[in-house]
Amino acid sequence: MVSMRRAILAVAKRDFSIAYRQRAELMQPLMFFLMVVTLFPLAIGPSPQTLQLVSGAIIWVAAILSLLMGLERLFRDDFADGSLEQLIISPLPLYLIVLVKVVNHWLVHIVPLLILSPLLALFLNMSLNMYLALVITLLVGTPTISLIGAIGVALTVGLQRSGVLLALLLIPLFIPLLIFATSTIDSAAMNLPFGFQIGIMSSILLLALAVAPAVIAYSLKVSQN
Amino acid sequence: MLIAKQICCEKQDRILFQDFDLSIKSGELVLLKGENGAGKTSLLRILVGLSAPISGSVAINNIDVRAEPNQALQQVLYIGHKLGLNALLTPIENLQFFNQMCAYQNNNQFILETLDNLGLIGLDDVPVKSLSAGQQRRVALAKLWLHKSAKLWVLDEPFTALDVGLVNMLEQQILSFINSGGAVLMTSHQALSIQDHVRTVQMEYNW
Repeated sequence: MVSMRRAILAVAKRDFSIAYRQRAELMQPLMFFLMVVTLFPLAIGPSPQTLQLVSGAIIWVAAILSLLMGLERLFRDDFADGSLEQLIISPLPLYLIVLVKVVNHWLVHIVPLLILSPLLALFLNMSLNMYLALVITLLVGTPTISLIGAIGVALTVGLQRSGVLLALLLIPLFIPLLIFATSTIDSAAMNLPFGFQIGIMSSILLLALAVAPAVIAYSLKVSQN
Repeated sequence: MLIAKQICCEKQDRILFQDFDLSIKSGELVLLKGENGAGKTSLLRILVGLSAPISGSVAINNIDVRAEPNQALQQVLYIGHKLGLNALLTPIENLQFFNQMCAYQNNNQFILETLDNLGLIGLDDVPVKSLSAGQQRRVALAKLWLHKSAKLWVLDEPFTALDVGLVNMLEQQILSFINSGGAVLMTSHQALSIQDHVRTVQMEYNW
Protein backbone atom coordinates (compact mmCIF):
# COMPACT_ATOMS: atom_id res chain seq x y z
CA MET A 1 0.00 0.00 0.00
CA VAL A 2 2.84 2.36 0.88
CA SER A 3 4.63 1.50 -2.33
CA MET A 4 1.43 2.16 -4.29
CA ARG A 5 1.13 5.61 -2.76
CA ARG A 6 4.77 6.26 -3.58
CA ALA A 7 4.21 5.16 -7.15
CA ILE A 8 1.18 7.43 -7.54
CA LEU A 9 3.16 10.34 -6.13
CA ALA A 10 5.98 9.51 -8.54
CA VAL A 11 3.59 9.73 -11.52
CA ALA A 12 2.26 13.08 -10.29
CA LYS A 13 5.74 14.46 -9.66
CA ARG A 14 6.97 13.34 -13.07
CA ASP A 15 4.03 14.98 -14.84
CA PHE A 16 4.55 18.24 -12.99
CA SER A 17 8.26 18.27 -13.81
CA ILE A 18 7.51 17.68 -17.49
CA ALA A 19 4.82 20.36 -17.50
CA TYR A 20 7.21 22.81 -15.84
CA ARG A 21 9.78 22.18 -18.58
CA GLN A 22 7.12 22.77 -21.25
CA ARG A 23 5.79 25.95 -19.70
CA ALA A 24 6.13 27.88 -22.98
CA GLU A 25 3.96 25.29 -24.69
CA LEU A 26 1.49 25.45 -21.82
CA MET A 27 1.07 29.20 -22.24
CA GLN A 28 -0.10 28.87 -25.85
CA PRO A 29 -3.65 27.60 -25.26
CA LEU A 30 -4.02 30.18 -22.52
CA MET A 31 -3.00 33.01 -24.84
CA PHE A 32 -5.31 31.60 -27.50
CA PHE A 33 -8.16 31.67 -24.99
CA LEU A 34 -7.43 35.27 -24.10
CA MET A 35 -7.20 36.33 -27.74
CA VAL A 36 -10.44 34.65 -28.83
CA VAL A 37 -12.29 36.33 -25.99
CA THR A 38 -10.85 39.75 -26.86
CA LEU A 39 -11.89 39.32 -30.51
CA PHE A 40 -15.58 39.40 -29.61
CA PRO A 41 -15.81 42.94 -28.21
CA LEU A 42 -13.97 44.07 -31.35
CA ALA A 43 -16.33 42.21 -33.68
CA ILE A 44 -19.65 42.70 -31.90
CA GLY A 45 -18.99 46.26 -30.86
CA PRO A 46 -18.41 47.71 -27.43
CA SER A 47 -22.07 47.96 -26.37
CA PRO A 48 -22.09 46.80 -22.72
CA GLN A 49 -25.58 45.28 -22.91
CA THR A 50 -24.82 43.11 -25.94
CA LEU A 51 -21.53 41.95 -24.47
CA GLN A 52 -23.14 41.06 -21.17
CA LEU A 53 -25.76 39.03 -23.03
CA VAL A 54 -23.22 36.84 -24.84
CA SER A 55 -20.39 36.87 -22.28
CA GLY A 56 -21.04 33.43 -20.77
CA ALA A 57 -21.31 31.78 -24.17
CA ILE A 58 -18.10 33.42 -25.43
CA ILE A 59 -16.03 32.37 -22.45
CA TRP A 60 -17.30 28.81 -22.50
CA VAL A 61 -16.81 28.31 -26.25
CA ALA A 62 -13.33 29.84 -26.06
CA ALA A 63 -12.50 27.68 -23.04
CA ILE A 64 -13.56 24.47 -24.83
CA LEU A 65 -11.55 25.36 -27.93
CA SER A 66 -8.42 26.27 -26.03
CA LEU A 67 -8.64 23.16 -23.86
CA LEU A 68 -8.85 21.04 -27.00
CA MET A 69 -5.51 22.50 -28.09
CA GLY A 70 -3.73 21.40 -24.95
CA LEU A 71 -5.45 18.06 -24.63
CA GLU A 72 -3.14 16.15 -26.95
CA ARG A 73 -0.24 16.71 -24.56
CA LEU A 74 -1.90 14.27 -22.18
CA PHE A 75 -0.55 11.07 -23.78
CA ARG A 76 1.23 12.15 -26.98
CA ASP A 77 4.80 12.26 -25.67
CA ASP A 78 4.38 9.20 -23.47
CA PHE A 79 3.14 7.27 -26.49
CA ALA A 80 5.95 8.47 -28.76
CA ASP A 81 8.86 7.77 -26.41
CA GLY A 82 7.58 4.44 -25.08
CA SER A 83 6.87 5.61 -21.53
CA LEU A 84 3.29 4.52 -22.06
CA GLU A 85 4.41 0.92 -22.67
CA GLN A 86 6.33 1.01 -19.42
CA LEU A 87 3.35 2.49 -17.57
CA ILE A 88 1.03 -0.19 -18.98
CA ILE A 89 3.25 -3.03 -17.78
CA SER A 90 4.10 -1.37 -14.46
CA PRO A 91 2.73 -2.90 -11.24
CA LEU A 92 0.39 0.07 -10.72
CA PRO A 93 -3.14 -0.30 -12.22
CA LEU A 94 -3.38 1.77 -15.38
CA TYR A 95 -6.67 3.49 -14.47
CA LEU A 96 -5.01 5.01 -11.41
CA ILE A 97 -2.08 6.31 -13.46
CA VAL A 98 -4.52 7.74 -15.99
CA LEU A 99 -6.57 9.42 -13.26
CA VAL A 100 -3.44 11.06 -11.85
CA LYS A 101 -2.51 12.28 -15.33
CA VAL A 102 -5.95 13.74 -15.95
CA VAL A 103 -5.97 15.53 -12.59
CA ASN A 104 -2.54 16.90 -13.37
CA HIS A 105 -3.74 18.07 -16.78
CA TRP A 106 -6.66 19.85 -15.14
CA LEU A 107 -4.43 21.58 -12.61
CA VAL A 108 -1.90 22.66 -15.21
CA HIS A 109 -4.28 23.78 -17.95
CA ILE A 110 -7.45 24.91 -16.26
CA VAL A 111 -6.45 26.51 -13.01
CA PRO A 112 -4.55 29.27 -14.91
CA LEU A 113 -7.70 29.79 -16.94
CA LEU A 114 -9.69 30.27 -13.74
CA ILE A 115 -7.13 32.76 -12.52
CA LEU A 116 -7.53 34.75 -15.74
CA SER A 117 -11.32 34.74 -15.57
CA PRO A 118 -11.88 37.91 -13.47
CA LEU A 119 -10.10 39.90 -16.14
CA LEU A 120 -12.41 38.47 -18.81
CA ALA A 121 -15.49 39.13 -16.73
CA LEU A 122 -14.40 42.74 -16.69
CA PHE A 123 -13.83 42.75 -20.48
CA LEU A 124 -17.31 41.47 -21.16
CA ASN A 125 -19.16 43.52 -18.56
CA MET A 126 -20.34 40.59 -16.45
CA SER A 127 -22.23 41.28 -13.25
CA LEU A 128 -20.88 39.84 -9.99
CA ASN A 129 -23.64 37.26 -9.92
CA MET A 130 -22.83 36.16 -13.46
CA TYR A 131 -19.15 35.93 -12.63
CA LEU A 132 -19.91 33.75 -9.64
CA ALA A 133 -21.98 31.44 -11.85
CA LEU A 134 -19.21 31.36 -14.45
CA VAL A 135 -16.59 30.29 -11.92
CA ILE A 136 -18.85 27.58 -10.51
CA THR A 137 -19.65 26.21 -13.99
CA LEU A 138 -15.97 26.23 -14.89
CA LEU A 139 -15.07 24.43 -11.67
CA VAL A 140 -17.70 21.76 -12.20
CA GLY A 141 -17.60 21.55 -15.98
CA THR A 142 -13.92 21.62 -16.90
CA PRO A 143 -12.93 18.39 -15.07
CA THR A 144 -15.54 16.67 -17.26
CA ILE A 145 -13.83 18.14 -20.33
CA SER A 146 -10.48 16.76 -19.15
CA LEU A 147 -11.93 13.31 -18.43
CA ILE A 148 -13.94 12.92 -21.64
CA GLY A 149 -11.22 14.58 -23.68
CA ALA A 150 -8.70 12.07 -22.36
CA ILE A 151 -10.82 9.25 -23.81
CA GLY A 152 -10.59 10.91 -27.21
CA VAL A 153 -6.84 11.43 -26.88
CA ALA A 154 -6.35 7.81 -25.81
CA LEU A 155 -8.28 6.60 -28.85
CA THR A 156 -6.40 8.77 -31.34
CA VAL A 157 -2.92 8.69 -29.83
CA GLY A 158 -1.69 6.09 -32.31
CA LEU A 159 -2.59 8.23 -35.31
CA GLN A 160 -0.33 10.89 -36.70
CA ARG A 161 -1.63 14.46 -36.71
CA SER A 162 -4.82 13.62 -34.91
CA GLY A 163 -5.50 17.20 -33.79
CA VAL A 164 -8.45 18.03 -36.03
CA LEU A 165 -9.93 14.54 -35.76
CA LEU A 166 -9.80 14.89 -31.99
CA ALA A 167 -11.75 18.16 -32.16
CA LEU A 168 -14.34 16.61 -34.48
CA LEU A 169 -14.78 13.66 -32.12
CA LEU A 170 -15.00 15.65 -28.93
CA ILE A 171 -16.87 18.88 -29.68
CA PRO A 172 -20.27 17.14 -30.06
CA LEU A 173 -19.73 15.47 -26.68
CA PHE A 174 -19.28 18.83 -24.98
CA ILE A 175 -22.63 20.21 -26.21
CA PRO A 176 -24.65 19.18 -23.11
CA LEU A 177 -22.03 20.77 -20.90
CA LEU A 178 -22.15 23.98 -22.93
CA ILE A 179 -25.95 24.14 -22.79
CA PHE A 180 -26.12 23.77 -19.01
CA ALA A 181 -23.17 26.09 -18.40
CA THR A 182 -24.58 28.96 -20.47
CA SER A 183 -28.03 28.39 -19.04
CA THR A 184 -26.55 28.71 -15.54
CA ILE A 185 -24.97 32.03 -16.42
CA ASP A 186 -28.21 33.24 -18.04
CA SER A 187 -30.15 32.41 -14.90
CA ALA A 188 -27.55 34.24 -12.84
CA ALA A 189 -27.86 37.28 -15.12
CA MET A 190 -31.57 37.42 -14.33
CA ASN A 191 -30.90 36.84 -10.63
CA LEU A 192 -32.71 33.50 -10.76
CA PRO A 193 -31.54 30.46 -8.80
CA PHE A 194 -29.25 28.18 -10.81
CA GLY A 195 -28.77 25.22 -8.50
CA PHE A 196 -30.60 22.90 -10.88
CA GLN A 197 -28.16 23.34 -13.78
CA ILE A 198 -25.16 23.00 -11.46
CA GLY A 199 -26.70 19.79 -10.12
CA ILE A 200 -26.95 18.34 -13.64
CA MET A 201 -23.36 19.37 -14.43
CA SER A 202 -22.12 17.82 -11.19
CA SER A 203 -23.86 14.56 -11.96
CA ILE A 204 -22.27 14.50 -15.42
CA LEU A 205 -18.91 15.03 -13.72
CA LEU A 206 -19.47 12.21 -11.23
CA LEU A 207 -20.52 9.85 -13.99
CA ALA A 208 -17.43 10.77 -16.02
CA LEU A 209 -15.23 10.34 -12.96
CA ALA A 210 -16.62 6.85 -12.37
CA VAL A 211 -16.45 5.59 -15.95
CA ALA A 212 -13.75 7.55 -17.78
CA PRO A 213 -10.56 6.23 -16.09
CA ALA A 214 -11.37 2.63 -17.00
CA VAL A 215 -12.35 3.61 -20.55
CA ILE A 216 -9.16 5.67 -20.99
CA ALA A 217 -7.01 2.81 -19.70
CA TYR A 218 -8.70 0.38 -22.08
CA SER A 219 -8.32 2.74 -25.05
CA LEU A 220 -4.63 3.19 -24.31
CA LYS A 221 -4.12 -0.56 -24.27
CA VAL A 222 -5.95 -0.88 -27.57
CA SER A 223 -3.78 1.87 -29.06
CA GLN A 224 -0.71 -0.29 -28.41
CA ASN A 225 -1.88 -3.03 -30.76
CA MET B 1 8.76 -18.98 -15.95
CA LEU B 2 7.04 -18.04 -19.21
CA ILE B 3 4.82 -20.34 -21.26
CA ALA B 4 3.31 -19.24 -24.55
CA LYS B 5 0.90 -21.55 -26.34
CA GLN B 6 -0.20 -21.55 -29.97
CA ILE B 7 0.25 -17.86 -30.56
CA CYS B 8 -0.89 -16.47 -33.85
CA CYS B 9 -0.11 -12.94 -34.94
CA GLU B 10 -1.38 -11.11 -37.99
CA LYS B 11 -0.27 -7.70 -39.29
CA GLN B 12 -1.88 -6.03 -42.30
CA ASP B 13 -3.52 -9.31 -43.40
CA ARG B 14 -0.15 -11.07 -43.34
CA ILE B 15 0.23 -13.89 -40.88
CA LEU B 16 3.57 -13.39 -39.13
CA PHE B 17 3.53 -16.63 -37.21
CA GLN B 18 1.02 -19.32 -36.38
CA ASP B 19 0.77 -21.88 -33.57
CA PHE B 20 3.96 -20.55 -32.05
CA ASP B 21 4.93 -22.22 -28.77
CA LEU B 22 7.65 -21.01 -26.46
CA SER B 23 8.61 -21.79 -22.92
CA ILE B 24 11.37 -20.18 -20.95
CA LYS B 25 12.78 -21.64 -17.75
CA SER B 26 14.79 -19.87 -15.06
CA GLY B 27 18.51 -19.71 -15.71
CA GLU B 28 18.05 -19.73 -19.46
CA LEU B 29 18.74 -17.24 -22.22
CA VAL B 30 16.49 -17.48 -25.24
CA LEU B 31 17.81 -15.66 -28.28
CA LEU B 32 15.24 -14.86 -30.95
CA LYS B 33 16.64 -14.66 -34.44
CA GLY B 34 15.02 -13.87 -37.72
CA GLU B 35 15.06 -11.52 -40.68
CA ASN B 36 13.68 -8.01 -40.50
CA GLY B 37 9.92 -8.26 -40.56
CA ALA B 38 9.83 -11.83 -39.28
CA GLY B 39 7.84 -10.68 -36.25
CA LYS B 40 10.39 -10.66 -33.45
CA THR B 41 9.24 -7.39 -31.94
CA SER B 42 5.58 -8.33 -32.42
CA LEU B 43 6.22 -11.57 -30.56
CA LEU B 44 7.96 -9.82 -27.67
CA ARG B 45 5.11 -7.33 -27.37
CA ILE B 46 2.59 -10.16 -27.29
CA LEU B 47 4.61 -12.01 -24.66
CA VAL B 48 4.62 -9.04 -22.27
CA GLY B 49 0.93 -8.41 -22.93
CA LEU B 50 1.27 -5.11 -24.79
CA SER B 51 -0.46 -6.39 -27.92
CA ALA B 52 -3.17 -8.99 -28.17
CA PRO B 53 -2.51 -12.09 -30.29
CA ILE B 54 -5.19 -13.29 -32.72
CA SER B 55 -5.27 -16.53 -30.79
CA GLY B 56 -3.23 -18.30 -28.15
CA SER B 57 -2.28 -17.49 -24.59
CA VAL B 58 0.74 -16.35 -22.62
CA ALA B 59 1.30 -17.09 -18.97
CA ILE B 60 4.11 -15.84 -16.76
CA ASN B 61 4.45 -17.74 -13.48
CA ASN B 62 1.12 -19.37 -14.37
CA ILE B 63 -0.65 -16.02 -14.49
CA ASP B 64 -2.24 -15.01 -17.79
CA VAL B 65 -0.73 -11.72 -19.02
CA ARG B 66 -3.89 -10.45 -20.68
CA ALA B 67 -6.24 -11.29 -17.80
CA GLU B 68 -4.06 -10.17 -14.87
CA PRO B 69 -1.37 -7.95 -16.39
CA ASN B 70 -0.33 -6.22 -13.15
CA GLN B 71 0.31 -9.47 -11.29
CA ALA B 72 1.80 -11.35 -14.23
CA LEU B 73 4.28 -8.62 -15.13
CA GLN B 74 5.43 -7.84 -11.60
CA GLN B 75 8.69 -9.71 -12.15
CA VAL B 76 9.24 -8.77 -15.77
CA LEU B 77 11.56 -6.07 -17.03
CA TYR B 78 10.85 -5.07 -20.63
CA ILE B 79 13.04 -2.73 -22.64
CA GLY B 80 11.66 -2.25 -26.12
CA HIS B 81 12.61 -0.35 -29.24
CA LYS B 82 11.16 2.77 -27.71
CA LEU B 83 13.24 3.34 -24.63
CA GLY B 84 10.57 4.73 -22.34
CA LEU B 85 12.59 7.76 -21.32
CA ASN B 86 11.05 11.20 -21.28
CA ALA B 87 13.16 13.51 -23.43
CA LEU B 88 12.68 16.55 -21.20
CA LEU B 89 13.65 14.85 -17.96
CA THR B 90 17.23 14.08 -17.00
CA PRO B 91 18.56 10.49 -16.86
CA ILE B 92 18.50 10.55 -13.09
CA GLU B 93 14.87 11.75 -12.99
CA ASN B 94 13.83 9.08 -15.49
CA LEU B 95 15.49 6.35 -13.47
CA GLN B 96 14.19 7.65 -10.14
CA PHE B 97 10.71 7.44 -11.62
CA PHE B 98 11.30 3.85 -12.76
CA ASN B 99 12.69 3.07 -9.33
CA GLN B 100 9.63 4.40 -7.53
CA MET B 101 7.12 2.86 -9.93
CA CYS B 102 8.58 -0.59 -9.44
CA ALA B 103 9.06 0.02 -5.68
CA TYR B 104 12.76 -0.74 -5.76
CA GLN B 105 14.69 0.53 -2.77
CA ASN B 106 17.67 2.03 -4.58
CA ASN B 107 18.87 5.34 -3.23
CA ASN B 108 19.96 8.19 -5.45
CA GLN B 109 23.60 7.48 -4.74
CA PHE B 110 23.28 4.01 -6.23
CA ILE B 111 21.47 5.30 -9.33
CA LEU B 112 24.23 7.88 -9.82
CA GLU B 113 26.94 5.24 -9.46
CA THR B 114 25.18 3.00 -11.98
CA LEU B 115 25.03 5.83 -14.48
CA ASP B 116 28.69 6.61 -13.86
CA ASN B 117 29.65 2.97 -14.43
CA LEU B 118 27.83 3.08 -17.75
CA GLY B 119 30.00 5.96 -18.87
CA LEU B 120 27.53 8.74 -18.27
CA ILE B 121 29.60 10.69 -15.76
CA GLY B 122 28.56 14.31 -15.65
CA LEU B 123 25.49 13.72 -17.81
CA ASP B 124 23.10 12.92 -14.95
CA ASP B 125 21.44 16.32 -15.06
CA VAL B 126 21.29 16.91 -18.81
CA PRO B 127 17.88 16.38 -20.46
CA VAL B 128 17.74 13.01 -22.22
CA LYS B 129 16.98 14.70 -25.56
CA SER B 130 20.48 16.18 -25.71
CA LEU B 131 22.17 12.79 -25.31
CA SER B 132 23.27 10.70 -28.29
CA ALA B 133 21.33 7.59 -29.34
CA GLY B 134 23.86 5.28 -27.71
CA GLN B 135 23.88 7.30 -24.49
CA GLN B 136 20.09 7.24 -24.36
CA ARG B 137 20.15 3.48 -24.71
CA ARG B 138 22.69 3.28 -21.88
CA VAL B 139 20.29 5.19 -19.64
CA ALA B 140 17.49 2.77 -20.49
CA LEU B 141 19.76 -0.24 -19.95
CA ALA B 142 20.76 1.09 -16.52
CA LYS B 143 17.48 -0.46 -15.40
CA LEU B 144 19.18 -3.86 -15.70
CA TRP B 145 21.46 -2.83 -12.84
CA LEU B 146 18.71 -1.21 -10.77
CA HIS B 147 16.25 -4.09 -10.94
CA LYS B 148 15.65 -5.86 -7.64
CA SER B 149 12.76 -8.23 -8.09
CA ALA B 150 12.75 -8.94 -11.83
CA LYS B 151 13.02 -12.62 -12.75
CA LEU B 152 12.58 -12.26 -16.50
CA TRP B 153 14.19 -9.72 -18.79
CA VAL B 154 12.63 -9.13 -22.19
CA LEU B 155 15.05 -7.12 -24.31
CA ASP B 156 14.41 -5.98 -27.85
CA GLU B 157 17.71 -5.41 -29.66
CA PRO B 158 19.58 -4.25 -26.55
CA PHE B 159 22.89 -3.88 -28.39
CA THR B 160 21.66 -1.34 -30.94
CA ALA B 161 23.84 1.79 -31.01
CA LEU B 162 26.13 0.57 -28.23
CA ASP B 163 29.92 0.54 -28.49
CA VAL B 164 32.04 -2.58 -28.01
CA GLY B 165 32.97 -1.86 -24.41
CA LEU B 166 29.41 -1.54 -23.33
CA VAL B 167 28.28 -4.62 -25.25
CA ASN B 168 30.79 -6.62 -23.18
CA MET B 169 29.57 -5.06 -19.97
CA LEU B 170 25.99 -5.84 -20.87
CA GLU B 171 26.80 -9.45 -21.70
CA GLN B 172 28.52 -9.79 -18.33
CA GLN B 173 25.43 -8.44 -16.60
CA ILE B 174 23.15 -10.79 -18.55
CA LEU B 175 25.40 -13.74 -17.70
CA SER B 176 25.42 -12.99 -13.99
CA PHE B 177 21.65 -12.56 -14.06
CA ILE B 178 21.21 -15.99 -15.69
CA ASN B 179 23.62 -17.56 -13.23
CA SER B 180 21.60 -16.13 -10.35
CA GLY B 181 18.48 -17.88 -11.66
CA GLY B 182 16.99 -15.23 -13.92
CA ALA B 183 15.63 -15.79 -17.40
CA VAL B 184 16.35 -13.62 -20.41
CA LEU B 185 14.49 -13.38 -23.70
CA MET B 186 16.18 -11.16 -26.24
CA THR B 187 16.45 -10.44 -29.92
CA SER B 188 19.74 -9.55 -31.50
CA HIS B 189 21.33 -9.57 -34.92
CA GLN B 190 24.78 -9.68 -33.40
CA ALA B 191 26.49 -12.86 -32.24
CA LEU B 192 26.61 -13.35 -28.49
CA SER B 193 29.79 -14.25 -26.66
CA ILE B 194 27.75 -16.08 -24.02
CA GLN B 195 27.77 -19.81 -24.83
CA ASP B 196 26.19 -21.67 -21.93
CA HIS B 197 22.47 -21.85 -21.25
CA VAL B 198 21.70 -20.21 -24.60
CA ARG B 199 18.85 -21.45 -26.74
CA THR B 200 18.35 -19.92 -30.18
CA VAL B 201 14.87 -19.75 -31.63
CA GLN B 202 14.75 -19.05 -35.34
CA MET B 203 11.76 -17.22 -36.76
CA GLU B 204 10.94 -17.57 -40.44
CA TYR B 205 9.76 -14.76 -42.63
CA ASN B 206 6.33 -15.75 -43.97
CA TRP B 207 4.63 -14.17 -46.95
